[in-house]
Amino acid sequence: MTTFEAILLTIVTASTPLLIAAMGELVTERSGVLNLGVEGMMAMGAACSFAAAVTFDSTLLGVAAGIVAGALMAALFALLVLGFAANQTGSGLALTILGLGLSGLIGAPFVGARRDPIAPVDIPGLSDIPVVGRLLFEQDLFVYASIALTVLVALYLGRTRSGLMLRSIGENHTSANALGLPVLSTRFRAILFGGACAGLAGAYLALVYTRFWSPGMTAGRGWIALALVVFAAWRPGWVLVGAYIFGAATVLQLHAQAAQFGVPSQLLSAVPYLATILALLLLSLRHGRAIGTPGSLGVPFVPDR
Amino acid sequence: MRFELTPRTNVNSAMRIAASIAAFITSFLIAGFVIWLMGRSPIAAFDVYVLQPLADPWSLQELVVKATPMALIAIGLSYCFRANLWNIGAEGQYVIGAVLGSWIALRTHGTEAGAWVLPLMLLLGILGGAFYGLIPAFLKTRFGVNEILTSLMLVYVAQLTLDYLVRGPWRDPKGFNFPQSVTFDPAATLPPVFEAGRVHYGAVFALVAILVTAVVLGRTLFGYRLKLTGDAPRAARFAGFSSKATTMAVFAISGGLAGLAGISEVSGQIGQLQPSISPGYGFTAITVAFLGRLNPIGILVASLVVALTFIGGESAQILLKLPLDLTQAFQGILLMCVLAADALVSYRVRLVNRGGGK
Repeated sequence: MTTFEAILLTIVTASTPLLIAAMGELVTERSGVLNLGVEGMMAMGAACSFAAAVTFDSTLLGVAAGIVAGALMAALFALLVLGFAANQTGSGLALTILGLGLSGLIGAPFVGARRDPIAPVDIPGLSDIPVVGRLLFEQDLFVYASIALTVLVALYLGRTRSGLMLRSIGENHTSANALGLPVLSTRFRAILFGGACAGLAGAYLALVYTRFWSPGMTAGRGWIALALVVFAAWRPGWVLVGAYIFGAATVLQLHAQAAQFGVPSQLLSAVPYLATILALLLLSLRHGRAIGTPGSLGVPFVPDR
Repeated sequence: MRFELTPRTNVNSAMRIAASIAAFITSFLIAGFVIWLMGRSPIAAFDVYVLQPLADPWSLQELVVKATPMALIAIGLSYCFRANLWNIGAEGQYVIGAVLGSWIALRTHGTEAGAWVLPLMLLLGILGGAFYGLIPAFLKTRFGVNEILTSLMLVYVAQLTLDYLVRGPWRDPKGFNFPQSVTFDPAATLPPVFEAGRVHYGAVFALVAILVTAVVLGRTLFGYRLKLTGDAPRAARFAGFSSKATTMAVFAISGGLAGLAGISEVSGQIGQLQPSISPGYGFTAITVAFLGRLNPIGILVASLVVALTFIGGESAQILLKLPLDLTQAFQGILLMCVLAADALVSYRVRLVNRGGGK
């Protein structure tokens, strides 16, 4: 395997958790709810999946635990913002603080443990094609699942009745309610879906990307996922593109650090965060203000009677 | 089953204070339950977390030392949150304020520089934090970029900048390769308020900021403008208040106060620059601001209360071997309870069966 191939493979690995988490948040935001707790749900997904995978020596159970942990955190958020109509920004921040703390508690006994890499899918013949063979046909299952997730979300939002209902609720919850659409239950499901995706992304980080647990290992990826949704103007296809651009930026700065260009490593480490700001800025310059933002995003819904 | 919310019409400040207290008690009960789940005694934990620090004079001073940066940052954030603007990058503004102020301390290190050093450090600390806070504000007002994400991304950039400086150009050459700067000269050290005490002048700055804010928010046109911008942006526009100018102003104020907190902490408490100069004060201050209901006096009380969880967390780590992450988890629960309590004050919440209650 050439270095070039190796870099391409690591870019895919770095992009996948961003893609999964951002896709979940996209659905949540399209329903009109802003959940800033992605970082916390992701951290909980990572800690719970790693703890379960080590305890039961099963990657599958680990992944399931990560998804459930993310969804449970999301349910807590839903209780606050749907049940009590609490401030969404504050509740999301609280969820992040809680998730980072709680994940530290859950992960503490597992610091230092390691998991074996999971076997990639291997399609004989196809994965021997030069350059693109391994890239396209010898990834782990999560990678294919993340692409499938993107397609399914795009189809769901764009082509199904239920997806249209979800979008109209996000666009204007007062009108949607007047039409008799179930605002709160749709939002509840969308929030749970977002949490499950964030948990899955965390599980991927802990079980495939690093294969160990350390506190704060999400390192702002949840926030980058949130930025990706804005960058993509709430469209699934663009989330995919954005996730891969950010994955590439992350991996290339790591390689640049290893190559020692004489640039301080901290400057290179700052690249993903600076790139996020730059991407948001470029998007605003191109589209003007807040293109594609769901109309009711972040506004609590209290039905009139 | 679903919740039904009815807006309350007669909400008074006594109810709001009661809600804060109820939120605090609820979060203690939840945390006690978590500790019980971990197989420890919640009563012993409550003793170590809350009662022991309050009974010990040394801890009481420590309480004020820890509350100081959070009060300063939270009072700044209250300007932003009142205007419904979300500066969540106070941690970064704190770091940049500390870095810029420390620059003077390091430049004058070992010289005979006089009494001007400290005021200049504090000034640069404020300016550094304000400048760093103005970046997301500028991007928002000029280009419509979401301030939540940019202000947060800048936190990571600020921490990496500090890390670079203390490992690179600003490292103490005689420091055995430890990533830290030289220890500040006495001229660059914020003195204690009382002789040989631990409480430094940062606490006085915090009190002044709280008093000034109480006057500004309650008695000036600017305070009214903030409230109007937050509660009724359309009305604020019709009244001729520029939302752009308001955004820039509140980010500069909150950034400046976070910067002042940063330089005060480094100069009055730590005494040198090191890779980590905050246990997350900038983020915890968000909880403090909400727990204090964005009210200056409330923030004063809330900062002391949350400082207690930091000190209790440290002693619980030593005495009960409870991990420090528990403190962070508790702060998350606390913020959630405060937000839920807020809703319980604003709305009458009833649990009804589906289809009923129309």
